[in-house]
Amino acid sequence: MNPSRVVTADTAVPVVASRERNRSVTRRHAIAAYGFIAPAMLVFVATLVVPLGYAAYVSLFRERLVGGTVFVGLGNYGEAVADPLFRAGVLRMALFLVIQVPIMLTIALVFALVLDSGRVRFGRFIRLGIFIPYAVPSIIAALMWGYLYGPDFGLFAQLARRVGLGTPRFLSEDWILASIANITTWEFVGYNMIILFAALRAVPSDRYEAAAVDGAGAIRTAWSVKIPAIRPALLLTVIFSVIGSFQLFNEPQVLWVLAPTAIGNGYTPNLYAFHLAFTNQQVNYSAAVSFLLGIVIVAVSYVVMLATNRSSRS
Amino acid sequence: MTVHPVRSARSSRGRMGRPSTVLTIAMLACLGYFLLPLVWIAVASTKDNSDLFSSFGLWFADDFSLLANLRDVFTYDGAVYGRWLINTALYAVLTAGGGAFLMAAAGYAFAQYKFAGSKVLFGIVLGSFMIPSTALVIPTYLLFSQIGLVNTPLAVILPSLVSPFGIYLMRVYAEGAVPDSLIEAARVDGAGEFRIFWQVTLRLLAPGIVTVLLFSLVGVWNNYFLPLIMLNDPKWFPITVGLAQWQAKASGGGGAEALFSTVITGSMVSIIPLLAAFLFLQRYWVSGMSLGAVKG
Repeated sequence: MNPSRVVTADTAVPVVASRERNRSVTRRHAIAAYGFIAPAMLVFVATLVVPLGYAAYVSLFRERLVGGTVFVGLGNYGEAVADPLFRAGVLRMALFLVIQVPIMLTIALVFALVLDSGRVRFGRFIRLGIFIPYAVPSIIAALMWGYLYGPDFGLFAQLARRVGLGTPRFLSEDWILASIANITTWEFVGYNMIILFAALRAVPSDRYEAAAVDGAGAIRTAWSVKIPAIRPALLLTVIFSVIGSFQLFNEPQVLWVLAPTAIGNGYTPNLYAFHLAFTNQQVNYSAAVSFLLGIVIVAVSYVVMLATNRSSRS
Repeated sequence: MTVHPVRSARSSRGRMGRPSTVLTIAMLACLGYFLLPLVWIAVASTKDNSDLFSSFGLWFADDFSLLANLRDVFTYDGAVYGRWLINTALYAVLTAGGGAFLMAAAGYAFAQYKFAGSKVLFGIVLGSFMIPSTALVIPTYLLFSQIGLVNTPLAVILPSLVSPFGIYLMRVYAEGAVPDSLIEAARVDGAGEFRIFWQVTLRLLAPGIVTVLLFSLVGVWNNYFLPLIMLNDPKWFPITVGLAQWQAKASGGGGAEALFSTVITGSMVSIIPLLAAFLFLQRYWVSGMSLGAVKG
């Protein structure tokens, strides 16, 4: 990474034409570096950059019943922005983001702090158990929770009836978003907890000791020493969660069979794009919706990053 | 070289305070929530279709039908389940293995060499961090269908091969794990750059590679959106797409087949390999997470 280091060893060898040698060495190294990077970059370009460009290109056209495919400029985007289904989907995901992400990350942070404090028995076992849902495919997670939610034979309905409460309607229109949020929380609390826990473990111990000398209690230490120390990790979990929320697809897609009326075609933007491309055959419009969703995600992530950076400075 | 911040920090720090019974009980109660669906599915996989609906969810029914269920899982639909498992394993291993190797090479080059365009290239990699992977799936499908790649294993392997986060992680790891002096020594001994990578670097990078490999393994094993869109022939399905299809068939309206016990048992079987991988390789998880988190 540092050229001077690469070169010093060579100049240490007293050779007459050292400068010329250095140049050829540098060139040889550059060739090797390109060789190492080329395969990964090739795949990267072919599967990320090219599809991105292709999506942008395709989204500028529209298929007409008569006259084939015609160029419409940003027409599809105009339509998408005004499309009530797309807007509802994006707003629903924004709501999901504003409620689910803070809950999930707060739980993850509290767990990480508690486990890091060393004041819990079986800490390793608990940590692993909470992390395990991450290894479960979201499809299977949604499927399991779907069975648990069921109003007739689901576990919660069984329990509620036993205690004499009414049947909970987790799959009804009113509850479905919360039910989905519960599934994603179940899946990702452990993952985020491990990221935060690992960051906490890496905080130098002298900072703790200084706080202890000052007589700060465990909660005070957590708030004023530990949490500020793991800001980068926290930011990472926030960004990953923001990106993940907007892309919601698997859970509602699996639950759709159980709650077809509560989860419509445009329930999430990704479901909508999927529906457009494969049910309606509106390929161009679907590409525009996908691309627009990408823009929304990048913009929101960027705003979140700016906001957290600003609040850290103040 | 391979000492992680996690372990070094832990060893140098005394435990704060004594274990608290209240905290322990509270955390165990929380753990119950995370294990509940898994306990439920383990119990449910021992029931036949009628017991699934008539017996209490968290306890066994009178008949123990696990073996019958397993037989159903592996024979239903022309024994396609076994094929799905093999597909999933194949996609996961090829994608994660190949990808980890490619990303290790790239990360090492970014860490070790100075070359024209390295800043720009790495900037592009970092910049694509936020591009949502699923937003690219449909465009990639459109592209692949133009060149006849759709409905082939390559269609699910290629798009998952390389990730910006993986390249970034490998670079950070290589910066810490590959000492310049060692590379210099190998050069003095007359080894070429590629031989150095093959014989010296790869070994040093091994723990980082395993971490990236595990991330990718889980990602591919659990992926649904990409294979759902790319594949339409059940013989190429990974387990997630296959099971979701069975589930839709089981829950679908009208004369649905009595498939619930098969779907549930099939789901349980499909999560066992990854759970095992997690339990055996957990130290790589924690170290990998700390790497991304600390430097991120």
